[in-house]
Amino acid sequence: MKVLVCIKRVPDTGGGFKLTSDNMRVDTTNVGFAISPHEECAVEEAIRIIEKHGGSSTVLTLGPQAAQEQLREAIAKGITSAILLEAEDYEFWDPAATAHAIAETVKPLGFDILLFGNESADTCNYQVGLRVAHLLDLPCVTGIKALEIQDGKALAKRETKDGWEVYEVALPAVFTVKEGINTPRHPSLRGIMSAKKVPIEQKKVTKPAPQLVRKALKKPQEGRHLEILGQGVDAVPKIIEKLREVGAI
Amino acid sequence: MILAILEPAKGALTEASWETLTAARDLAHKSNDSVTALMIGKGVNALAPTVKGIHTVLVAEDPRLDSYVPEAFAKIVSEVITQRSPKIALAPGTETGNDLMARVAARLNLGLATNCVEFSVEGGSLKRVTRSNWGGSLLEELEILSSPILLTLAPHAIAAQSADGTTPTVETFSVSVSEKDFRVRIKELIPTQKKGISLTDAKVVIGGGRGMGSAEAFKMLEELASLLHNAAVGATRVATNNNWRPHSDQIGQTGVQIAPDLYIACGISGAIQHMVGCKNSKKILAINKDPEAPIFQRADYGVIGDLHQIVPALIAELKKLKGA
Ligand SMILES: Cc1cc2nc3c(=O)[nH]c(=O)nc-3n(C[C@H](O)[C@H](O)[C@H](O)COP(=O)(O)OP(=O)(O)OC[C@H]3O[C@@H](n4cnc5c(N)ncnc54)[C@H](O)[C@@H]3O)c2cc1C
Ligand SMILES: Nc1ncnc2c1ncn2[C@@H]1O[C@H](COP(=O)(O)O)[C@@H](O)[C@H]1O
Repeated sequence: MKVLVCIKRVPDTGGGFKLTSDNMRVDTTNVGFAISPHEECAVEEAIRIIEKHGGSSTVLTLGPQAAQEQLREAIAKGITSAILLEAEDYEFWDPAATAHAIAETVKPLGFDILLFGNESADTCNYQVGLRVAHLLDLPCVTGIKALEIQDGKALAKRETKDGWEVYEVALPAVFTVKEGINTPRHPSLRGIMSAKKVPIEQKKVTKPAPQLVRKALKKPQEGRHLEILGQGVDAVPKIIEKLREVGAI
Repeated sequence: MILAILEPAKGALTEASWETLTAARDLAHKSNDSVTALMIGKGVNALAPTVKGIHTVLVAEDPRLDSYVPEAFAKIVSEVITQRSPKIALAPGTETGNDLMARVAARLNLGLATNCVEFSVEGGSLKRVTRSNWGGSLLEELEILSSPILLTLAPHAIAAQSADGTTPTVETFSVSVSEKDFRVRIKELIPTQKKGISLTDAKVVIGGGRGMGSAEAFKMLEELASLLHNAAVGATRVATNNNWRPHSDQIGQTGVQIAPDLYIACGISGAIQHMVGCKNSKKILAINKDPEAPIFQRADYGVIGDLHQIVPALIAELKKLKGA
């Protein structure tokens, strides 16, 4: 079994966003980077598939040199090899451009299972996985929260408000994964040490003519006014008052 | 023409479909154009008369399409776009709508702007859209260079308005899907047993974060919920990643979006990816021992202190009230 998992490097901004002065990007001065929770779960799923069925797994990102950090994190957890499609301006690639570059690279590599996140954390386009599937003429199920591989087929479950939709598709196939499919492991210390030495295959890619062009980022209104109800247990009567106001008691 | 792709479910159109129709009519009004709605599936003939105030309803009725069949649906939408040449094609930004439109965009090699919240029409044509980024924590203004313009509308971005007036012409679109368009299909539906009040239906949600410290501690939030009307317990990603709670309880960008009357956040710092899941709460009450926690900038009521003292005291007081 050969499994591919595609991840994207994004700023890990817990407290809030600061924008650059041209409003075109999130200001990442003093900000760490992460891969999206959906993609972390896709990485975990890739490792589990190989642990169970044997074979190899590859992690791929289209991004800057610095994205080696995310690739090595995936290797430290148990992914076999990594590909970096180097594009320092990756934030401004639209989903079709990203998908074309990924599809071109992976087409000759013959993967059985290609995993993506359901949507990227920053731009949330909901597209790259489906577009790669189309370019490779492979079946694709999006937003899955369970995956079972058996005899060249896959059962993929999608959660809806009322229950589970179970899709059956023949491999090779593409799946876009949602957080909740598994609980990702932490890398071991040994994993982290050996991941530093794994060579990363690199290829420079250039952005094709875009279909979508970002003009600006902006913050939505956050209109709440804080009222401090009190310190410690002394605030309990005030909390009860608020519970009464909403009819909770 | 502006094409609105609607979503039938259980013998009616979804709320997101009505929002999409509203947005399509508004776009048509501003660009002096007309709206055609497209409905695909088994039983859509019967739904066509429920739509008013637009030019045409196209029905693609087929008994084989009794649930969502991704590639068959995408083929039909792509054919409609190719044959009828709309200026804009718009679908709900639901899981199904985004899946469908991404497939259509890939087939036609067009750009697609998902989860739009605003449209800017100038001089009779759509110039830019504003779409949600980071699950709604940021907005992106986008120009779309490919044509026709493909869009999905973020759920709840626009309130659905009913329209009166013209009864649309109903036309049949003959479906030409074949066996190979069914290579991705639903094999089985497994309904979930509903137990208790769901996070999305609850009037009060009590959320627990890292400050809870353990799975055990969540029992007191369950107890608190049981003392309130219509209350449920949720969690942050830290709590679900530590296996204190199942992922289905996670509120936020990669979890569920809630909109209760009151959200009580216990031991939660207020990370933007968590808050985007509860920003539609009418009121937010935060209990946190750190007065500098970002959640206090995003809450209506703040209690500064140790939740492990405050929550038990609150439970004791509620029990006293119930006993009295
Ligand atoms: C792309 C992306 C998507 C994400 N999606 C989600 C998501 O869907 N949902 C989500 O929740 N997170 C999500 N996250 C993670 C998010 O950024 C935060 O890391 C997470 O929400 C923090 O959880 P927390 O508030 O429980 O923990 P922390 O940030 O560690 O905060 C714990 C808080 O508890 C307080 N505290 C500690 N002890 C006590 C006590 N005894 N009494 C009172 N207060 C106490 C502390 O002062 C602190 O403020 C996402 C991150 C990324 C990058
Ligand atoms: N620059 C990138 N490099 C590698 N994979 C990506 C990149 N951008 C998006 N993806 C993958 O495609 C998924 C969907 O992205 P999107 O269509 O942008 O929402 C993500 O969750 C990733 O798995």
